[in-house]
Amino acid sequence: MKNIPKKIMVNKEQVAHIAKLARIKLTEKELEKFQKELSSILDYFNLLEEVDVLETELTSNMAGNFFREDNSRPELPELIDELINSAPQKKGRHIKVKAIF
Amino acid sequence: MSKDFSAVELTKAFLNRIKKEDEKISSFITVTEKTALLQAKEIDALISKGKKISFLAGIPLAVKDNILVEGVKTTCASKILENYIAPYDATCVKKLKELGAVILGKTNLDEFAMGASTENSAFFPTKNPYDLTRVPGGSSGGSAAAVAADLCCYALGSDTGGSIRQPAYFCRVFGLKPTYGVVSRYGLVAFASSLDQIGPITKTVEDAQIVFKAIAGKDNLDSTSVEYKFSIFNFQFSNLKIGVPKEYFIEGIEPEVEKIIKQAISQAEKQGAKIEEVSLPHTKYVIPTYYLINTSEASANLARYDGIKYGLSKAQKKDLLNVYLQSRGKGFGSEVKRRIMLGTYALSAGYYDAYYLKAEKVRTLIKEDFYNVFKKVDVIFAPTAPTSPFKIGEKIANPLLMYLCDIFTASVNLVGLPAISIPSGLQIIGKPFEENKILEIAKIYE
Repeated sequence: MKNIPKKIMVNKEQVAHIAKLARIKLTEKELEKFQKELSSILDYFNLLEEVDVLETELTSNMAGNFFREDNSRPELPELIDELINSAPQKKGRHIKVKAIF
Repeated sequence: MSKDFSAVELTKAFLNRIKKEDEKISSFITVTEKTALLQAKEIDALISKGKKISFLAGIPLAVKDNILVEGVKTTCASKILENYIAPYDATCVKKLKELGAVILGKTNLDEFAMGASTENSAFFPTKNPYDLTRVPGGSSGGSAAAVAADLCCYALGSDTGGSIRQPAYFCRVFGLKPTYGVVSRYGLVAFASSLDQIGPITKTVEDAQIVFKAIAGKDNLDSTSVEYKFSIFNFQFSNLKIGVPKEYFIEGIEPEVEKIIKQAISQAEKQGAKIEEVSLPHTKYVIPTYYLINTSEASANLARYDGIKYGLSKAQKKDLLNVYLQSRGKGFGSEVKRRIMLGTYALSAGYYDAYYLKAEKVRTLIKEDFYNVFKKVDVIFAPTAPTSPFKIGEKIANPLLMYLCDIFTASVNLVGLPAISIPSGLQIIGKPFEENKILEIAKIYE
């Protein structure tokens, strides 16, 4: 990593990899644009490097967890139909999904 | 009760104004004329029967288009939800409907509430009613512009890092971001769940108070919502201690903005309040911390847009992965893609500790800054934004420049505090659950 100048935080291959993880198809032009933008934004985020957090707890842990009973919440059949209807592809009361392979 | 005009007349007056005036500012994505008139008729019928009605009955409002209104399109100003019809009401909408509110329509925003200018809307930018060449702020730019242009009595917005307060300032109205958990997020399209909060944008402080009271409270459908106790603050300015953070008046702030805020501070001092300089030492880390948490949470929340359950669906090949890639590639705009990818990166193996976890820890330090200050003072006075309304197109090409707009507002969301922005651009930040105190203080600036 040391040979890479600080500004280039991510290269084009990395951006393509992130886009694939994020399930977003990018055009070649977008790849180039995001490579520059993400690099400069991530470079700015590195400002946090100088903060010492060795003794610091996580905020999310301080807020605590919220629990509820594990009960099902019955909905009106009309609402269920409506939810199924908003699926782009369906067959009867089933949502159609393409094959994985 | 004397009758000057009916609910139907009032609703028609606003609908006519929208028809005539919204061409100029483009604040609405959807206008729900038919249902608005039906809602108004129902209220008039109740009144003529002599039934008791609420303060908000028959009063027309606009709703930001990332908050669900049953049977109405909720687009989030995104191509991916362009034709999505909400199957149920958000809790805040349900509460307002039960009080007889009249919903005029859905207002424009930055796509999925990601932005500070409403230029990121996939459909059209909204313009500032006071200067059509300038932005109304964002992301609740449509709501703030509609209130400012008298196209509704009040509006609902959502605030993840300043999205109610900054457009309220840019459009010279009031915007209240409540304490995290006070208003149910059920039916608000999730963006960054530990930061998002719904609140009112209004013409007066009293209106903000009324709407806030109507939408606040515990909701079983949002596990982070809490019971809210309304207390009346009969405070005197002579007993009030106001903190002014020294870090907020150093770099990047427009001199004119600084002048206005200093004037507001001296006005409070004249009323007898004690002004104290305070320090929020982690201020320079707020933007990176906020954007790491914001994008990480967004990347997880927006995973639901898969082209399978609802929304835009595109495919070039027969496999499932292709549906995801194409639907999201075509459906999301630049800023949404940028944030999902930043978040995906910050959460990915090898980077999680250095980015996401680090940001969550710095968030704790930012929280401690505020809690330390609140040991000494009652409220904090700060600017809402570092600049006055900027020109359309001025910042859109540089995402980082746009992110810096949130410098004075995002920390409030990281800590979960309540804050109100007043038309001059002063932001009053309070202790948790002390909405009524900041609202009462805001009244001296009306």
